Amino acid sequence: MKSVLTAAGSLRRLRPGRALRSGLPALLPLLLVVAAACGDDHLTRFPQSTFAPATEMAEEQMFLFHLTMWMGIAVGLLTFGLMAWILWKFRYRPGGPEAQQFHGNTTLEIAWTLLPALIVAVIAVFTVRAIFITQPEPPANALNVRVIGKQWWWEFQYPVGKDTIVTANEIHVPVGQPVQLLLESDNVLHSFWVPQMAGKRDLITNRVNRLIFTPREPGVYMGQCAEFCGDSHALMKMRLIAHTPEGFRQWLENEARPAVEPTDSASAVAVGKKLVTQGVCAGCHVIKGTPMVGRTGPVLTHFGRRRTLAAGILENNAENLRQWVRNAPSVKPGSKMPQLGGDIPNGLTEEQITYIVAYLQSLQ
Amino acid sequence: MASTATVAAPHSLAAAHPEPRGLWSWITTVDHKRIGILYGATAFFFFLVGGLEALLIRVQLAVPNNDFVSADLYNQLFTVHALTMIFGALMPLTAALFNYMVPLQIGARDVAFPRLNALSYWIYLFGVLFFNTGMLLQVGPNSGWFAYAPITTRQFSPGLNMDFYVLGLQILGLSSILASLNFIVTIVNMRAPGMRLMRMPIFTWMTLITNVLIVTAMAVFTIAVTELMFDRVFGSAFYDINKGADPLLWQHLFWMFGHPEVYILILPIMGMVSEVIPTFSRKPLFGYNVMVFSGVLIGWLGWGVWSHHMFATGMGPIADSFFALSTMLIAIPTGIKIFNWLGTLWGGSIRFTTAMLFSLAFLAMFTVGGISGVMHAAAPSDLQQTDTYFVVAHIHYVFFGGTVLGLWSGIYYWYPKVFGRLLSERAGQAHFWLTLIGMNITFFPMHFLGMLGMPRRIFTYGDNMGFNEMNALISAGSFILALGTLVFAVNLALSWKFGRKAGANPWGAATLEWSIPSPPPVYNFARIPVVHSRMPLWEGDAGRQAGIPRGRTEEETEQVTLLGHKVGEVADPESDVNKMSPDQAIHLPPPSYWPIILAAGISMIFIGLLFRHMEGALHNLWYMTPAGALLTVVAIYAWAFEPGHSHEH
Amino acid sequence: MDHSHALSAHEANPAHLDTSTGLDNRKLAFWGFIGSECLLFGSLIATYMAYKGNSISGPTPHGDCWKGVPCVNPGHGIFNLPLTTVSTFILLMSSVAMVLALNYTQRGERMKSALWLFLTAFGGSIFLGCQVYEFTHFYHEGLSLGTSLFSSSFYLLTGFHGAHVTAGVLYLMTLAWMAYRGRIGPEKSLNVELAGLYWHFVDVIWIVIFPLVYLIK
Ligand code: HEA
Ligand code: HEA
Ligand code: HEC
Ligand code: CUA
Ligand SMILES: [Cu+2]
Repeated sequence: MKSVLTAAGSLRRLRPGRALRSGLPALLPLLLVVAAACGDDHLTRFPQSTFAPATEMAEEQMFLFHLTMWMGIAVGLLTFGLMAWILWKFRYRPGGPEAQQFHGNTTLEIAWTLLPALIVAVIAVFTVRAIFITQPEPPANALNVRVIGKQWWWEFQYPVGKDTIVTANEIHVPVGQPVQLLLESDNVLHSFWVPQMAGKRDLITNRVNRLIFTPREPGVYMGQCAEFCGDSHALMKMRLIAHTPEGFRQWLENEARPAVEPTDSASAVAVGKKLVTQGVCAGCHVIKGTPMVGRTGPVLTHFGRRRTLAAGILENNAENLRQWVRNAPSVKPGSKMPQLGGDIPNGLTEEQITYIVAYLQSLQ
Repeated sequence: MASTATVAAPHSLAAAHPEPRGLWSWITTVDHKRIGILYGATAFFFFLVGGLEALLIRVQLAVPNNDFVSADLYNQLFTVHALTMIFGALMPLTAALFNYMVPLQIGARDVAFPRLNALSYWIYLFGVLFFNTGMLLQVGPNSGWFAYAPITTRQFSPGLNMDFYVLGLQILGLSSILASLNFIVTIVNMRAPGMRLMRMPIFTWMTLITNVLIVTAMAVFTIAVTELMFDRVFGSAFYDINKGADPLLWQHLFWMFGHPEVYILILPIMGMVSEVIPTFSRKPLFGYNVMVFSGVLIGWLGWGVWSHHMFATGMGPIADSFFALSTMLIAIPTGIKIFNWLGTLWGGSIRFTTAMLFSLAFLAMFTVGGISGVMHAAAPSDLQQTDTYFVVAHIHYVFFGGTVLGLWSGIYYWYPKVFGRLLSERAGQAHFWLTLIGMNITFFPMHFLGMLGMPRRIFTYGDNMGFNEMNALISAGSFILALGTLVFAVNLALSWKFGRKAGANPWGAATLEWSIPSPPPVYNFARIPVVHSRMPLWEGDAGRQAGIPRGRTEEETEQVTLLGHKVGEVADPESDVNKMSPDQAIHLPPPSYWPIILAAGISMIFIGLLFRHMEGALHNLWYMTPAGALLTVVAIYAWAFEPGHSHEH
Repeated sequence: MDHSHALSAHEANPAHLDTSTGLDNRKLAFWGFIGSECLLFGSLIATYMAYKGNSISGPTPHGDCWKGVPCVNPGHGIFNLPLTTVSTFILLMSSVAMVLALNYTQRGERMKSALWLFLTAFGGSIFLGCQVYEFTHFYHEGLSLGTSLFSSSFYLLTGFHGAHVTAGVLYLMTLAWMAYRGRIGPEKSLNVELAGLYWHFVDVIWIVIFPLVYLIK
């Protein structure tokens, strides 16, 4: 039979070699990216990276990642190499050999059923092993923290005796002691993710999920909500702060105390306190030691100690705080905290905001 | 060449069945080829729309803290991008090729139910227009394509956004189910004499498996969406967290559909590639039987893996292990396919046409996507990968590197059959290299981004996260893809008028669709061919005999009887072309406008529900629902009793 | 393939022979459709079962108490078992009528065919009447669509089935009328056969739903 490949005629000049040459430059930037990603200052460059596991759980997960990745690269190279070679060897050449006519080979087919089966078996064994290691029974000495996902911030509750200490957006834990998070939501779904501690676990309405890990090194770890939860899902971050056991005890003690009182009743702080505890804020926030009871927003009792503002998206400084109190939705689209100052009728004045900020910052 | 089929139709036959003309003829057409073209054109348009949405996503993410679009608009963009691509572009593009090619490949004059086929198309058109209207009005669906409850309930999503989702997808789901029933019956029942199941072209085989998956999986999805619709429109409590609803119910139902769905999008492609690679290697497919069985196996296993999307929901170690293992198992039949394609290439005489290049690129890129899939299947490490850009990379290596590259391959391959002209190879080359390079620049860095901590579905990211350079690179890559796509679009348009004439079989391919003129006459086959092997058009070629599986085939063919009649002398007097003059013999169903009317009626039922919740004057538009129901009933009766369609229901 | 059977079908209906399996296209499509329907109902049943006993408010089906909630009305279930048993029985009997209708159609006994088709539809209508009564009764007991997980999954499941019965009744009525007018001879018995396939399927689904929803506590 005559080939009617008229259209392909013009293509015969094309060689896989040329393909490679035009493909390689495209890969270069990628290689640069890889090179850039692997440095000593990895975490400074990529503060939320999964490549710096800091718990046994995260290490287990990273090990499995590397295992599957290298197996995958091996399979990929094998397939690509084989393919490139075949394409080269059997490319059409004018006057070259005709195609060989055969339609199968049982031995070969069995071989390439068994090979992937073998690889899969290896991955499977390590996977199942890791599944059981990373989902242990809760240890008796575990520190329990209830985590409640909100739109778009986090509430953390520490049962201490009969009391519950409530804080938000920064979760504090001791090193060397297993932490058991009890993950809940009373609204939409969220997912708790602090990559250096552990992989994700979802916060599911009407359910309680667990996540257990043991931090090793004191430090501040970045985290972020990883399940789509609405407008500002992108802006629902958090910090995990691991203390030495002693540091953690001190933190907890301080959290248990009511909010600090302004020392001078004429100071800006005292004015601010009045504005906050008797104003609109009281409807949504709690500050222990004041009559505020609102549960819509985060507890602010020791807000001044937080490193960040508005679920980890801004540094907690006066300037950011002003903007937040003035107009939260401009910082965080859809935020359930309404615009309170700026160009709205009966809004907070800039002066009032100054007082409020002073008070909030005093809440150590 | 082919002993069994005629290339040129007798003159009288062509005169008896002239090609109908005019807009009205397209609206009332029941010809599977025209419906295929309608599907293809609409779906390609929506591919551009989905791509445009992707470009907007990429502009927004090109730099940190960007405010090119608002958070809410961004959320609509990625949701509608995914829905448009999956339901508006890729599924219908495969449907276009099923429509056009399957009857030709099996030697039939049309699908089993031509009017039902038209109905599916019109429902699809109304459905896809409907939910894109939502996007245009900036109230498009905005909770992600898998729309996890409860963010989709009225409580958390009071706007119209998710109403467009539930109503639009019900319409589209219905269209897919109807179309699939039609294809299943066509393939099972309308094969030319002698075309036994194991002689069907692989594309037809994969179509069959895909459509079985559609009728089953879509049903599950329809219920999930119906429940959500009842919640939103009639106030039921399925996903109402205040009544104790369990959000995981939605997740299970969705993924029980969602996972088969992704195989619905890849199996047809595996079929296409299995046509293209042998043709351009000039040798038969390696391991036909195994290709068929691995396809069946993939479809079957695809039902038992859905919870691999839910590892982070805390299902417990036993369930995690089960779903991890079942998922990994799929690597085996898929691997077999990959290696069998390599086996097909082995010993061939490989022509690097554009169609072939896309198929080869499919092989490579899909392997990358499959491997990241297996990495996801390792549940503990998936907990780090899930809901990050690592998944986005996987999605696009399988959907773009898999489905899209495969579709483009299929289009370069079959375009000449459909339009009688070849696509420009020179433009094709440009399209190919831009696409291959563009897709790797766009999607490969996403693996790193994900592992470096960038979650998916975020409308922006901070400056200090280390994501800046890679996102800029990705955005640049997406514009290379756009350029490639434009080249393609221009190629499609210009070649239609100016392409080189193709002739019946420009590639020297082996299957029946190449035995008839390009474009095929209205009646497809002047004579229904009798099939003796898998490669009917290569049979006559002495050099190829060795490649055509024999076994018992030769002897058996002569004895194959259909209902007691020897094959070739078909019992039905109507289709017995031997005894009558050709124009008398061919009965083609007359055009009908009931499909579009029925589709309008059905769509109205759903669209009306959109307004039921609204205040004011718009509320009254909800009477479209009862009106649509009435129209539907009327149209069904008119349909059932329409003259000239007695064969059908 | 069973040739003899296919051939007899051929005699009855020569127009539909040129299919690869010997089965009529419509019949095959119907089987596919039924496959799809199985998953539709399967998903609804799965929803019902997943939510069984998990409601937190509203009347209960069997008079037991909802999990973790003070019992509203202990011992007083909302189901009216005798009524539903009767309507179930009638639906099953209508399947028998369907068999007879097909039989008479194939034998060409026009009036009997019409009569039995009508009786089948009539049985379905009684079933529907019972369902309407049941729904209104439940509604007055305080069980509306959105009351609880139970009410939602119950109404959607049984209502979806009811919608199938309704469609079936219309379908059968049309056939009965056509048969009466002599438009369905034995050569068109396939039309009746398909309706029968549908009707039996709807019945079988009810046989699954009835014990799962009404009998098992
Ligand atoms: C065409 C679509 C398509 C296809 C074919 C696949 C194929 C596969 N997918 Fe993918 N998947 C998606 C589309 C697809 N997927 C989408 C859209 C999502 C995201 C949905 C969302 O969240 O929005 C997803 C998500 C997804 C997840 C969930 C990730 C998460 O959210 O956390 C997982 C987890 O297991 C997974 C696994 C797999 C596996 C194992 C395969 C396998 O079938 C792949 C098999 C193929 C190969 C392995 C390559 C070839 C084989 C060889 C060369 C042999 C040797 C190889 C080995 C032994 C490894 N996929
Ligand atoms: C089904 C197939 C499919 C295809 C083909 C694509 C194609 C592309 N996708 Fe998409 N994508 C998905 C399926 C697909 N995607 C899914 C399922 C998701 C998950 C959504 C979710 O989370 O819910 C997703 C999510 C997704 C994201 C993540 C969003 C997020 O999580 O925040 C991104 C980001 O870069 C992206 C980018 C792209 C790009 C750049 C392309 C490019 O390949 C596009 C190339 C095409 C073009 C560039 C067209 C060019 C056209 C023109 C220039 C002409 C326009 C003219 C007219 C309209 C007249 N996609
Ligand atoms: C209608 C409810 C509402 C009112 C009124 C309200 N807030 Fe808020 N507030 C919230 C919510 C909700 C958040 C969490 C927003 C987010 O991060 O998405 C919040 C967050 C904050 C935060 C950041 C907390 C953190 O941990 O980062 C501060 C500080 C704050 N509010 C102060 C105030 C002050 C001061 C007022 C009054 C002047 C006020 N709020 C009034 C609801 C409210
Ligand atoms: Cu909370 Cu995303
Ligand atoms: Cu999947």
